Formats: sequence, structure tokens, C-alpha cells
Amino acid sequence: MLKHTLRWPRVAVASALFGFAVAASAADPVKIGLLEDASGNFALATIPKIHATQLAVDEINAKGGILGRPVKLIAYDTESDNTKFQELARRLIQTDKVDVVFGGFSSASREAIRPIMDRAHQMYWYNNQYEGGVCDSNVFVTGAVPEQQFSTLLPWMMKKFGKRVYTIAADYNFGQISAQWVRDIVKQNGGTMVGEEFIPLSVSQFSQTIQNIQKAKPDFVVTLLVGANQASYYEQQASAHLNLPMASSVNVAQAYEHKRFKPPALKDMYVTANYLEELDTPASDDFKKRFHAKYPNEPYINQEAANAYDAVYLYKAAVERAKTTDQPAVEKAIDAGGICTSGPQGKVCIDPKSHHTSHDIFLVHVKADHSIEIPYTWHDVKPYWLGQVGCNLPVKPDHRQYTPTDLPKKS
Amino acid sequence: MSTLFMLYSLIYQFGDHFAYLVLAALGLAVIFGMMGVINLAHGEFIMCGAYVTIIAAKHGAPLPLAMLCGALAAAVAGVLVERLVIRHLYDRLFDSVVATWAISLIVQQTMLLVAGPSIEGISTPFGSFSLGEFSFSTYHAVLPLIALAVLGALYGLFFHTDYGVCARATILNPRMAQCLGLRTDRLYTLTFALGAGLAGLTGALYAPTMTAVPTMGTSFIVQAFVSVVVGGANVLVGTTPAAGILALIQTGLAASWGELAGQIGLLVTVIVVIRLMPQGLGTLFSRAR
Repeated sequence: MLKHTLRWPRVAVASALFGFAVAASAADPVKIGLLEDASGNFALATIPKIHATQLAVDEINAKGGILGRPVKLIAYDTESDNTKFQELARRLIQTDKVDVVFGGFSSASREAIRPIMDRAHQMYWYNNQYEGGVCDSNVFVTGAVPEQQFSTLLPWMMKKFGKRVYTIAADYNFGQISAQWVRDIVKQNGGTMVGEEFIPLSVSQFSQTIQNIQKAKPDFVVTLLVGANQASYYEQQASAHLNLPMASSVNVAQAYEHKRFKPPALKDMYVTANYLEELDTPASDDFKKRFHAKYPNEPYINQEAANAYDAVYLYKAAVERAKTTDQPAVEKAIDAGGICTSGPQGKVCIDPKSHHTSHDIFLVHVKADHSIEIPYTWHDVKPYWLGQVGCNLPVKPDHRQYTPTDLPKKS
Repeated sequence: MSTLFMLYSLIYQFGDHFAYLVLAALGLAVIFGMMGVINLAHGEFIMCGAYVTIIAAKHGAPLPLAMLCGALAAAVAGVLVERLVIRHLYDRLFDSVVATWAISLIVQQTMLLVAGPSIEGISTPFGSFSLGEFSFSTYHAVLPLIALAVLGALYGLFFHTDYGVCARATILNPRMAQCLGLRTDRLYTLTFALGAGLAGLTGALYAPTMTAVPTMGTSFIVQAFVSVVVGGANVLVGTTPAAGILALIQTGLAASWGELAGQIGLLVTVIVVIRLMPQGLGTLFSRAR
């Protein structure tokens, strides 16, 4: 008898608590985890990304959040250290239970955490230009890839300066795979690689490399150098009077070398970028004004800042399409296509097949006094390569990174 | 003629590597050799020298004066660090390693917060000259000579000044030196300041050739430790020949197989030397004394 009398109040309490839980979830924040290098070798290029993400989150919160829920940014400093990335990725997933993880600068750090994301089926956005090829159901990329940066830049350079090409690249997955792209595109366009050198990230002295280049007599040099140490190359090649045009996918728009070095260290550097601070379209000017209002001391608003900013709005668009933050539902919403945003760089859309993003690509030329001109623009360049070689994520889930010599199996 | 240019190119490379190894190691070697303190904040003294040089040069100081400012600023920082931290940790090797590492991290992060991730550098002076198909940076060609001049000055300081005599006496037998009325604590401060100042000078000399970022000191650390480990504790008879031999190895490998091979060569040499001569190459030369 006693049991029966007690059961009703218990059910009442339980259902009341359940009611609370449902009511709370409507105002529960949407949790975005952010892993970026606020210190260490890569901090220079990633601090603007962190600020841009914060700016986008604040703007969205001021306008009522996502689906009426506030957005909460949980940001950790990964110290340019791959082990830290793994440790903090697990913390975001297991302890903070975030709805989405943003972040990563170096490709080494992305590859360090991608398996963790895949095992946990955690949605992960990599908001950076990189060497391309990641075909992963859980991963979304808002940065530019080689078919957007090299397939545009290299033919243009070879037409203007000549067909002998020398590559110097940072010696890790980014540099190695990017160099492979350069090799392939140069060959397809009837050029020759007269040299190729891979430089460890710790190297800051380049006199030997400069002489190797002089010996090989290229028409231009492709510089795929990364990090603060390797940036010393530009001053050293200028003081040794190497005097060759340079082409790159990572310089100027990422680590603003043209602002950090005395002219003419970066003279005749050509870069393909999807955004840079010097871009003066109305959308870009408006973005810069809001950015500087919040961060008046930002030395430079780089291309990855624009990518990180757009990523938050793309995620918002996807969640609003899915009407939930449930991760498989959000992924399905993106896979249906048409998730776009108009940010500082213009309109960008996510390609459902590869989870990469379309961009306007600007050819950036650094003049002798380090002022910038944009001699050419390629409009709305799609991230087509992965789709062409057989990556089709909505139909065929996958978790690999492919390269020009390692293509998906035909099925 | 072109073989002659080729030969000069090799000499230039050797000089460039030698200067980098010697200058990176000097401050570390002085502090380790004379005081037995492994200074992990070595890179931050280099960074301090470079930053002060750049800032002074930006404010209109002529470059040599700006470099002097850089070296002096690092020496002053050295006095502060010695008085506040190192002094309490003599004869506690591992504690001083941890303490100087902490200083290194704190300084790097503070600079990042205060000065931002980077400051605009200054141009390399003196321009370039060319021989045949090669062109060279005059400043890089002059650097090894400056390194030799600094070594000469150190020799003079240790063997022809009162400070040098007192410092050497303190290292050989601190108790005895104290009994004879030497103020060894002051000598330790001066020696630490000397080491820090030399690190600052290195930063000052390389400031026009590198990017100025808070972590720039770390790019010297490998070379510094490699030279000191291979050379042993003695600055003049240890570190200098060690840098010479290492530069030879690095130049040969880098010229044939690229920069990566040069780096590998450096590290392999260290392993071999530690295995065969735990006290460093310096023992080969100092036995003769």
C-alpha cells in the first residue's frame, strides 16, 4: 500500500523535472568549440581568425542567436602544438559536449585531430586554405584549395614570366602535397621544374637555398613557406639580390609579410587569395569597419579571418535549414546543397559533394614599395577537384585525404 | 673562373653557418661554462637584443648604435634575472633549468600580448655583390668576420683584464677566490650579464636578416645547444672549434643534399660526439694546457 501512495508524487516530480529540461533546452546555448593557436609559431596568422570568429558570434548573439538560442564560444589556445590540439579536441567533445568544433591552422594539426573527430562523429570545420583533398563526412572546409589557388596562379605566372619553375616548400604534409600540385600543374602547362627543396619548419637561414636557386636559373620561384622562422627567407633573398618573381598560395593574405618587412623584400610576389585586407569592395569595407571597431589594434585582417567569419554564418545557415543542432541533421541539411553566405569576400557556398567552399579568387601582386594591386580576379571558382576524382560524400561516406597521386578508388 | 666562384660560394656558406653557430652559442656557453647554469631563457635574451635594435633603429639611431643598445638592454635584463632568480639557484642545476624555462615562456607570452605577434623589421644593410652567376648578401659575408672579432674581444677580456683574471679564478676555485677577497657574487652577476649581453648582440646582429616575432629566439636554440654540447664547457677552446667543425659538416651536407640534410647532419654529429666524448671536443684542445 505504501508503495502505491508514494508512486504518484514521484511521477509528478519526475515529469515536472522533465518539463524543466525541455523548457531549458530551448534557451540552451549553441556551443561552438574553437581550437586555434593563440601562441607559438603560428599565432601571427591565427589571432585574426580567433577575433573574426568572436566577432561573428557576437553579431549573431546581438541579433537573437541561432534558432532563438544564444551562441556560446568555447575557445582554447592550442599553442601551435599538435599534442595540445588532440588533448583539447577530446576535452571539447567529452567534457564541453560542443555542437561543432572550429579551428586548426597547420595541416599537421588538422590531421592530428581529424581521426578524433571521426571516431566521435563530431562535426568539424577547418577554416583555412590548405593543400586540398580531405574527403571526410564530418569535416567542412571554408578555406581555398589548390584547384582554386594553383590552377589559377601557375598558368598565369608561366605565361607572364616563363616556364622554368623552382619550388621551396615547408617540409610537412602541407608543403609536400602542395609541391606535388605545383609539379603536376607545371607539367600539364608544358613547363619544367628546375628544382624543388623542402625546408624544415625550424630553419631560418636560407643562404644555401638562395644559391641553389641561382644555380638552377628558374623564371620564378614558388614559395610555400610557413611559420615565423621561414618568413626570414624574403629579407634574405632580397639582400642577396635574387631578384626573381615569386608565386605563393600562403603569403601576404595570410601572414601579411608585405607589412612586416621593409620594402622591397616582397617585391614581385604574386599570391592567389580569397580575401585580404586591401580588398575594397563595399562588403569588405563594412567588415573591416566592424572588425576594427571591436579590435582596434588588429595589425592585419587576413584571408583566414574572412574564412573563419564566414564559417560561423555558414554553420548558422545550415542549423537554421535543419531546424536543430543535431549533428547528423545539420550535415544532411548541408548535403542537400545551397548553404551559402555573403561575407567580406562576397558570396560563398558549400559544395555538398566535397564539403569544400567556392570562392572568388584574387590575384594579388606586391609592388616594389609593398603596395598591393589586384591585376586579375577569377569569379566563383568551385572546389571541383575532389568531386571530379570521385569524392561524393552525400552518397559515399568517407574519411580520407586524397592527393593527385593517391585518388579515390572507382566503385 | 667559375670554379673560383664555386669555391667562394662554399666559403661564403661555411662562413654563414659558422657565424650562426658561434653567435647563437656564445652567450649560452659563457653562462654554462663559467657558472654551470643551463640557461633555457637564452633565446629570449636574443629576442630582447633583436627587438631593442629594431626599435632603436626605427627611432632614427644609426644601425651600429642600435645594435649596441640591443646588446646592452639584454645585459641589463641579464642582471635583473640573475639578481631576482638565478642567484638563489646556484648549485641546483635542475631547478635553474626549470626556472629559466619558465622565464622563457613568460617572456615570450608577455611579448606576444604587449608587442603583438610581430613588429616590422629593418632592411639588411650593405646591399649585395655578385660573382658570375651567383649574387651574395654583403652583410652575410661580413657576419663571420664580426663573429671572429667578438671571439677576439672575448679572448682579450678573459686573458688581459682584471675582470678576466678574477672570473677565471672564481671558476677554478670559488672558495679560494673568496678567501683572497674577491666578491664572487658580483662576479657571477657580471658573468651572467656578459652572457646575456652576448646573446643580445647575436639578436642585434641577426635582427636585420630575420622576422621579428616573440618566438624568434627559439630558432637559435638548436644551434646554440648543439655547439655547446659538441664543444664542451669552454667558450674559446670548446665552442669555437666545435662551431667550425659543425659548420663544415652542415655546409657539405646542405650544399649536396639541401637544408634538411644539413640539419640532420648537425644532430647526428651531436649524438656521435656525446657517445664518444661526453665532455665535448673542448677536452681535445684543453688537455694541452
